[in-house]
Formats: sequence, C-alpha cells, structure tokens
Amino acid sequence: MSGNTDAVLYDHPGPRAKMRSLVLTVVFGLAVVGLLWWIYRKFDEKGQWAAPLWRPFLESSTWTDYILPGLWSTISAAAVAMLLSLVFGLVFAVGRLSDHRWISIPAGVVVEFFRAVPLLLMIFFIFYGIPFLTEEPMPPFWAVVAGLTLYNGSVLAEAFRAGIRAVPRGQSEAGYAIGMLKSQVMQEILVPQAARAMLPVIVSQLVVLVKDTALGYIIGYTELLQNGVNTLGANFGNIVAAAMVAAVIYILLNASLTYVAGVLERRTRRTGRAPRVRAAVVATDGGRVAEPQG
Amino acid sequence: MDVFSDPTNIDTYVTGFLWILKLTAAATVCALVLGVILAAMRVSPIPVLRGFGTAWVMIFRNTPLTLIIFFCYFGLYSALGVTLSEDLVLNNFWLGVVGLSVYTAAFVCEAIRSGINTVPAGQAEAARAVGMSFLQTLTIIILPQAGRAVIAPLGSIFIALAKNATIVGTIGLMEASSAMKDLINANGDAVIPIFLVFAGTFAAFLIPTGYLFGWLANRLAVKR
Repeated sequence: MSGNTDAVLYDHPGPRAKMRSLVLTVVFGLAVVGLLWWIYRKFDEKGQWAAPLWRPFLESSTWTDYILPGLWSTISAAAVAMLLSLVFGLVFAVGRLSDHRWISIPAGVVVEFFRAVPLLLMIFFIFYGIPFLTEEPMPPFWAVVAGLTLYNGSVLAEAFRAGIRAVPRGQSEAGYAIGMLKSQVMQEILVPQAARAMLPVIVSQLVVLVKDTALGYIIGYTELLQNGVNTLGANFGNIVAAAMVAAVIYILLNASLTYVAGVLERRTRRTGRAPRVRAAVVATDGGRVAEPQG
Repeated sequence: MDVFSDPTNIDTYVTGFLWILKLTAAATVCALVLGVILAAMRVSPIPVLRGFGTAWVMIFRNTPLTLIIFFCYFGLYSALGVTLSEDLVLNNFWLGVVGLSVYTAAFVCEAIRSGINTVPAGQAEAARAVGMSFLQTLTIIILPQAGRAVIAPLGSIFIALAKNATIVGTIGLMEASSAMKDLINANGDAVIPIFLVFAGTFAAFLIPTGYLFGWLANRLAVKR
C-alpha cells in the first residue's frame, strides 16, 4: 500500500493557483447556493414551508404517538435481526469451511442463494407465501426479521469466512501442535480472533440492517417510515415534511453507528493483535456493507 | 408447475424482470457518471466541491432506499409536481431511476475514492512533475488506474443495484417482486414453485455476474 494519493493530487498552491481556487470557490459556492435556493423556491411555490405543516413536530404528541413508536419498532427489528444473523453467519461460515463436503457444499449453496435473492422478494415470500403453507397469518415483524436474518446472516457468513481464513496459519498450526481437535482450534483459536477483527464490519452491517427495516413499510410493519412518515403524513397532510424529519433521524442514527465502527476499527488496528482481515472483507458486498472509510 | 403454463402468468413474470433489467441498466449508467463526478469533487482542491461531495455521500448513504424512492414519488411527484414523463408508468419508472441513481452514486463515489488511494503516490507526483494540472492528473493518470482497482467493489454495487431495483415496486411499477406477490396471492397452492422461479432467476443472473466481476477484477488488476 502506498501513502494517501488524494493528498498529492495537486501542488501546494502558489499565488496564481490560490487566485484560481478562490475564483472557483466563489463560482461553485454560488452554484451550490443557487441550487439550494432553487430547491427552497420550488418547495415554497408548493407551500411546503407553510407553518401548519411543520408545527406538528413541535408538539410532543406527534413524537410520542408516531415517530418514537416507529423508531422503536425500527430499532427492535434491527436488533433482533442482528442477533439472529450473527448466529446464522457464524454457523454457516464454520459450515462452509468444514472439511466434510456434505456440510460445506449445502452451506455454500444456502449462503450464495440468500445473498443473490433481493431482500424484498424474500420478505414478500415470507409474508404473503408462508401463510398459504402454514394457514396462519405471518406477523409483519417476523417477516421483516426473518428476511433480514437470512440476507444479512449470509453476508456476515461470507465476512466471517474471510476473517477466519485471514487468521495467520501459524495460529491453527500451533493449536494442532499442542493436540487440539479441529473443533477446538475453530472454537478457541480461530473464531475469537476473527470475531475481534470483524467487530467494525459487524457494526457497519448494523447500518445496513437499520436501513433495510424500512422495507417493512411495504408489508405494513409499523416502523419509522410507516408510522412516522406515512401515517403521520396522512394525518397532518405534511408527507414531505415528515419524510425529511424521518430522513434526518435515519441519517443521525446511521452516521453515529458508522462513527462507532470507525472508532472500533482504529482500536483494533492500534492494538495490532487482531489479524488484518479488513481488506479481504471489503469486496464481499460493496453495495450494502458500508464501504471502507478512506 | 401449472402456474407457469398460463400465458398471462408468463407475461407477468417476463414483464417483471424486464422492468428490473431496464431499471438496472438506466440507473447503472446514471450512478456511474454521477459517482465519478462526486469522487472527483471529493478529491478536488476546491473546498466547496469537497463539502458538496461529502454531504451527498453522508445524506444518501445513510437514508434507506425505500425512503428515497418514497420521497421521489410522494415528494418530487405528488407534492412538488415534478413530472418526468406524460405516461404514468414511465413516470414511475424514471422516478425510480432517479432514486436508485442518487443512492447508488454515493456508494460508487466511495468505492472510487478508495480506489484512488490504491494508486501509488508516485504516479500523481510524476504527473505533477511533468506539469499536468489537477484535472489532467485525475483523468489521465489516476482514474484509469483507480477504475481497474475497484472493479470488484463496483461489481458488488451494481449487483446490489439490480436487487434494489425491486424496491421501485413500492411506487406501483410491476417489477419482479410485485409480480411474484400477485402470482402468490392468486395461486396459493403453488407458493413454493413461484418463489423458486423468481428467486432462481435472480440467482441465475446475479451469481455468475458476481464471478464475472471477480474474474475481470483479477484480469484487469494493475500489476505492481
């Protein structure tokens, strides 16, 4: 790896470059201000800044009746799904690394399948399809949690597998040398070290989970988007305002999770005992796992 | 497999996947262009542009795609009256493309920025030494090398995009997942075959695409 390339893309500015920078800063600054002004005007024309649309957010009942219960449903679905997908991920990662073909091949098929199927398709199958088979209605909460678990569990399984394989060979060799069984090496040597190095990945995956709970809105699970935007917006006629408030909540929540992931990553790197597995994991599912930070 | 001997059902299935294909193709192009521009902004010497790029990534990467698509319909279209096509279905399609593109562009931008960091600093220094400007350094020297380094992550981003295209069903486009929902509700006795056909189609396209990108990434990697 090299130094930071984006730090050397341009020279330290001399007088002319400083002048040019200043001009461009003003030009682009005005362009950005113009863009924001245009958006503001567009909203204004349609009366979206009218006080009655925004006043509900100053009343505590709006928060206690709509937004907070929705946020709570979002967080609880994400938390339950996280716990279950950690278990799912661990089981299938170890399964896929098994020496027995009759374990590793089915585990690999399951992981590849659930990673390739869109989450919404999965949730639709669980919510609309399973009740035909069991003849019992499926609670939206469990449809969301089950879908999230299968998808994120499979993503985590791949991440764990990369993590376990990135533990230096000497670690497992030393385990075998002192007479440990394969299962003991896995449980006591490989998984603990991989899990520690995977901590930042696990926290970034939480961001994905929190965002994906919004799919619950489509099947009527009363999470933040359903409760805090759809229902609230229908009651006060301020759907655009409600969507913006909800977006800010999501952004704050996820940005703080990303920040925690960054802190954890720096800590794991500093102690230097955890294997460097981050790079191996980056490629697993770029679109949905948070991308590596710089 | 009685369900799929009915021509109307076949039609629903084909139309559903054609929408996914069109959404993915259109949004891939838009997201790639937008993502590269945003990445260039984020490494540029102009603070305003850096701030704009950072804000974009911060906002769109942390908002659920469902909310973005929801906003495209209820905000852009219903409340603000932004109409992208006279045809109602096509309008929903383009609103979906807008939502998918602004969301995916944030991920493309971050992938390319991390790719820029894999290019050795000496490359940029050499470019500057022969007198290239920032834009020349970026477009002639850095981006071609960075692009080859990020083929695998970009591949995963576009595979995720193809799967995310199902979310446009929320605003009434009859894409694959909505098609499956309708078929399941109409044929309660054939739930499993219906699911396997739809999920299998996604898997049959996306798993090989994943391997293709992995192979391409290896083949095109800059040997250092």
